[in-house]
Amino acid sequence: MTADIALWAVLPYVALTVFVVGHVWRWRADQFGWTTRTTQVLENRWLRLGSPLFHLGAFAAIAGHVLGLLVPKSWTEAVGVSEHVYHVVAVGAGTVAGVMVVAGLGLLLARRFVNGRVRRTTTRMDKAMFAVLAVVIALGMAETVGVNLLGPGYDYRETVAVWFRGIFYFQPDASLMSGAPMVYQLHAISAWVFLAMWPFTRLVHVWSAPIAYLWRPYVVYRRRSAARVPETAGR
Amino acid sequence: MRPMAQVAMVMNLDKCIGCHTCSVTCKQTWTNRDGTEYVWFNNVETKPGIGYPKHYEDQERWKGGWELDRKGRLRLRSGSRVKRLASLFANPDLPSIDDYYEPITYDYDTLLKAPAGPHTPVIRPKSALTGKDTAITWGANWEDDLGGAAEHAGGDPNLASLPPEAAERVRFEFERTFMFHLPRICEHCLNPACVSACPSGAMYKREEDGIVLVDQDRCRGWRMCVSACPYKKVYVNHHTGKAEKCTFCFPRIEAGQPTVCAETCVGRLRYLGLVLYDADAVTAAASVPDERDLLEAQRAAFLDPADPAVIEAALAAGIPADWLDAARRSPVYELAVRHRVALPLHPEYRTMPMVWYIPPLSPVLDAVSDMDGDNTDPDDVFHAIRDLRIPMEYLASLFSAGDVDVVAGVLMKLSAMRGYMRARTLDGTVADDLLTATGMSGADVERLYRLLAIAKYDERYVIPPAHRENAAALEGLGTGCSLDVAGGPGMGGEQSTGNGTGNGNGKIHLPLSVLPSRRNGSGS
Repeated sequence: MTADIALWAVLPYVALTVFVVGHVWRWRADQFGWTTRTTQVLENRWLRLGSPLFHLGAFAAIAGHVLGLLVPKSWTEAVGVSEHVYHVVAVGAGTVAGVMVVAGLGLLLARRFVNGRVRRTTTRMDKAMFAVLAVVIALGMAETVGVNLLGPGYDYRETVAVWFRGIFYFQPDASLMSGAPMVYQLHAISAWVFLAMWPFTRLVHVWSAPIAYLWRPYVVYRRRSAARVPETAGR
Repeated sequence: MRPMAQVAMVMNLDKCIGCHTCSVTCKQTWTNRDGTEYVWFNNVETKPGIGYPKHYEDQERWKGGWELDRKGRLRLRSGSRVKRLASLFANPDLPSIDDYYEPITYDYDTLLKAPAGPHTPVIRPKSALTGKDTAITWGANWEDDLGGAAEHAGGDPNLASLPPEAAERVRFEFERTFMFHLPRICEHCLNPACVSACPSGAMYKREEDGIVLVDQDRCRGWRMCVSACPYKKVYVNHHTGKAEKCTFCFPRIEAGQPTVCAETCVGRLRYLGLVLYDADAVTAAASVPDERDLLEAQRAAFLDPADPAVIEAALAAGIPADWLDAARRSPVYELAVRHRVALPLHPEYRTMPMVWYIPPLSPVLDAVSDMDGDNTDPDDVFHAIRDLRIPMEYLASLFSAGDVDVVAGVLMKLSAMRGYMRARTLDGTVADDLLTATGMSGADVERLYRLLAIAKYDERYVIPPAHRENAAALEGLGTGCSLDVAGGPGMGGEQSTGNGTGNGNGKIHLPLSVLPSRRNGSGS
């Protein structure tokens, strides 16, 4: 029981706290390190295929998680989406997204470890992050493909999703998770670890997605004096 | 009219001997760090040649610079903003490091630790990227003095734009006669494509002096600047994951000193000075429909620093009076606008570059000698300039979007200047025919001659120091210089009172950094 509380009621808050505080610290302390750490100039052929696959697949996977975890089952049913329809869409789209992510990450990791130039730019933090990310993705694929596509199926929207939403109004029901299949439990735990690592890795570049570029004037001018003032309002 | 000041450079290519001193001193100053081994903010190319990085002038391939869309509006050649954001995950136009070259180092320890023996120890080149043995197959100046030109130089993009028979003749002839050096740094353009392509807004043009810089704290490594720059003078530091580029040695410029490349140039071929331009005229000047009008459009955007209306507007815009004085003495304005002998590199990229070149007369003189002419006789040289399609068309493809008349006009002036000064010096005559042929007055010729042949240090480099007292006032109290941290370039806090103007002559003394002595510091 204590283990359940620790894993399903304490760990999420620890991870989220590290996630938030870590980002604030990194933003204030390490603007110079806040970058994609691009290696395209060192290796282009594999990246050209792998990187878009991975990123677009990841966007689809994130959208799927929003739909599956944050939208209550009652809402989708209220608009006339039956459990069967939801299941078909979620498993179908989830499988496609998952395959894209796996293929993309596979290509990117392969180039990172096969190509000596890219390998030399890989930090210890990169390696740890890639290891955890690979575990999270493998477990996620085991759920979508192993349990829901090929296996008997599991309606996580009755348990995992309810518990997950509970975290955000400070009433996580640990018992909902302790009854979930092992693979869902492990996916959740590894995802929290991944979130806690996030601010300390290259993943921070996600928050710098340069959307404002679309509205900005082309040429940016700055005064020399202004350039000296530490700037925190940037992207 | 919105006057702005720009620090600009002119290089006199006739004087460049291709010694690479500028490149080496620049590299030692700025890019001798991890991740920038392959980076040369300043490089010297031999032309004809494919350049560094390879074929960088081929914008069909690299999509650098600007173009006009169907409605005649300026647009980055790499496409719309949306397209650029869509290619963040993989930039389709990014050169790979193999387009530059694989940087190498040597395992010097092998030499130092070799035991005494009968044979001289040897070391092998190691890739600076992988640390493994590597073969050296290319470099930043691989084509030096036409080295390997027979094999490679036919790929020079400037030859592709020539008529086929002309290109064939160049290829046939250049090995015999025709070659010159082209030193290149960042152009600090008035309409910079790199700044315009930077998704995170980290690249900027300084309002005070027009220097284009990358904010290292705000660069996120999207690498769009690298592909957008048609001169390929923005580089990825693959160690930090950030873009880096020529800084125009801004700490030196702010202190009233020339850039390192200019300071150390043994041929004294570089000129640094201010140019005033109308910021409101830039977009229109960069969007003229005919590429051959771009040069004149850019000249028209420059403002005459002696014009009272310009002075009034410049003062109102906050340009200090001593800067206006420097602008009136600017050798760059003199060469580019008054004498019109300096030309921009590839104006057709529409970035309005601010490093201009005086095209070399030497290929023509060599050709005259080859045809058994007298290359000191202006008549022979004039004929050659008019009749020789090579290398005139080649020079025109570099400096005037293919307009041979522009380059010919400049070379005639240079040739007339030589003939005029020669006649005056040797037999005291005034060669009026040369003056009428080029439309210059005797005084013009003598001024040009002085600037090109004699100009001393403070005539070649007219750089007003930055007004740091203004910066300090704007910054307010309590915000120290961010460079004043321990170990930073500004440490020592000499300017902590905010009055860093030094010894009263307006020059600022750069603080000498003192290296802390290291105990047990044998290093590794």
